[in-house]
Amino acid sequence: MAGKPITISHLNVRIGDRNILKDISVSIPPNKITAIIGPSGCGKSTMLKCMNRMIDLVEEIDIEGDVHIDGENIYGSGIDVSLLRKKVGMIAQTPNPLPMSIYDNIAYGPRIHGQRKRTDLDEIVERCLNTVGLWSEVKERLEDPAAKLSIGQQQRLCLARALAVQPEVLLCDEVTSSLDPVSAKHIETELSSLKNDYTIVFVTHILRQAKRLADYVIFLYLGELVEYGPANEVFFHPKDPRTAAYIEGVFG
Amino acid sequence: MKRQIIDRIVGRLTFIPAFAASLLLIVMTGVLCIRSQEILLNQSLPTLLFSSVWQPMAGKFGFLPFIAGTVWVTFVAMALSIPISLFSAIYLSQYAHRRIKATVQPLIDLLAGIPSIVFGLFGVLLLVPLVKDLIAPAFHISTSGYCVLTGGLVLAIMVVPLITSIAFEVLTAVPEDMRIASLAMGANRWETVKYVVFRKAFPGIVAAVVLGFSRAFGETMAVLMVVGNVAKIPSSLFDPAYPIPALIANNYGEMMSIPLYDSALMFAALLLLVVVVIFNIIANIVLIRVKRGIS
Repeated sequence: MAGKPITISHLNVRIGDRNILKDISVSIPPNKITAIIGPSGCGKSTMLKCMNRMIDLVEEIDIEGDVHIDGENIYGSGIDVSLLRKKVGMIAQTPNPLPMSIYDNIAYGPRIHGQRKRTDLDEIVERCLNTVGLWSEVKERLEDPAAKLSIGQQQRLCLARALAVQPEVLLCDEVTSSLDPVSAKHIETELSSLKNDYTIVFVTHILRQAKRLADYVIFLYLGELVEYGPANEVFFHPKDPRTAAYIEGVFG
Repeated sequence: MKRQIIDRIVGRLTFIPAFAASLLLIVMTGVLCIRSQEILLNQSLPTLLFSSVWQPMAGKFGFLPFIAGTVWVTFVAMALSIPISLFSAIYLSQYAHRRIKATVQPLIDLLAGIPSIVFGLFGVLLLVPLVKDLIAPAFHISTSGYCVLTGGLVLAIMVVPLITSIAFEVLTAVPEDMRIASLAMGANRWETVKYVVFRKAFPGIVAAVVLGFSRAFGETMAVLMVVGNVAKIPSSLFDPAYPIPALIANNYGEMMSIPLYDSALMFAALLLLVVVVIFNIIANIVLIRVKRGIS
C-alpha cells in the first residue's frame, strides 16, 4: 500500500459573506505526516473537510478551486463522493462510534462498499484492530456495543474503522483533544507508524504534538496559508513573522 | 436555612400532582370495573367478546362487531400512516433543505393540533364522496362511502402529522457525529439513514408509532362521522363499521332506559382502556430490549 499526494490549488471557501479559506495552494506529499496548525477559527478543520468533501454537508457553502488527490480533481464532475471517501478516511475530534457492535463498526465500511463474505470481514476486523493495538483488548467481546469502550479505546476503534476500507489518505481532526494523555500517546504512536502506508494530514492546536509527529507543517492564519514547509524549518526558522509569533505563543 | 425549607416544601408539594396523575389511572380503571360488573355478572366474558349478536332490547350484548370495527379502522389507519409518516420524517430530517424544513415542519405540527371534528367534517365533505364515486367504482364495488376505508383514511390523516412530528424530533436527535461517521466512511444518505440513524432512533420511532396507535384506536368524533355506524362485522374495506368509541359516544345517555345498556357501555370503555394500556406495556418492553441492545 502507498499513500497518495494531495495538491490543492487556489482553494477559496466562503459561507455567506465570510471568507473561511483564502486562495490556498499547497502540495501535500505522500507517505508523510503533514500537520495543519494555527489559532482557533483559522480554517484548519474546513481545509481538512475539503479533502474528502465532507464540507459538502455545510449548507450555503461556496467552494472555488481544485483539490487533486492522486491526480484526480475531487471537485470535478463525475466524481463519486462515496468512492472518494473510501479513499480518503477521516477521524473526528471526538470519538464517534456507530450505534452497533465493535465488530460491526469495523465491518461497516467494507460492507457499504460491497464486502459481504464473513471470512473476509473477520480477517479485516482482526487486522484493523491489531493495527491500532485494540485486538487483544476487545477480541473476547466483539459483539458488545462499541459505546461500552472507554473514550480512548473508542478513538482507536474509529481509527481502525477508517483503516478497514484501505484508504490512501487519512485526515485527522484534532483526534487526541478529547483523550486522556495515555490514550493520546497511543494514537500518536499509531499515526506515526501508519505513515509508511498512508498520506496523513492532521489538524492540531497543540504545537508540541505537531513537533513530535509532523514531517511537514502548514500554518494557517485567518484563512490564509502563511507558511508551508518541512517541520524543522517552519518550527525553527520560520520565514513569516506571524508564524514566528504563533510558535512563540504570542497568540493562540 | 430558609432556602432549605423552601426546597423541602417544593419537594413535598410537587409530589402531590405527580402522584395524583398516576392515581387517576387506577381510579378510572376501578370505576369502570365496578360499573361493568353488572353486565359481567349477567353474561360471560367470552360471550361479550366473541358474540356478534347485538340486541340490547333482548339483553344480548355481543361486542364482536364493535371490536372488529375498531380493529379494521385502526389497522387501515396504521397501515396507511406508518409508512407515510416515517418517509416524511426521514425526508424532513435527512434530505430537506433548511428552508423547506422551516416551512413544512410548522405546518405539520399545526395539523397535529387541529380539533378532530374538523377532520370529521373534512371526511364527510371530501373523503366520503371520494370513496363512493372514485375509489369503490374502480374496484366495481358500490358503497355509501360511509365505510371502513373512509374511517381509516380520516384517521390516517389525523395520525400522520402526529407520528411525523415525533419521528422527526427523534430522527433529528440522533447525534450529528454518528451521521458524519457514516458519511465519512462513504455511505450515502439513504445507507446512513437505514443502518445508523434509524437504528439509533428506533426506540423513539416505536414510541411515536405507539402514540399514533393510541390516538387512532381511541379517536371518536372524526371516525363516527364517516364510518357508517352499523353494528355488523365488516367483511370488506367498503362495508360500514361501528368502532367502540363511536358506540359509546352515540349511545351513552340516550339508551339508558334499556336495562344493562349502561353497564355494557362501561364494559366497552374498560375494553378500550385495557387494550391501550396493554399496548403501551408491550411497547415499553420492546423499548427496554432495544435500548439494551444498542446503547
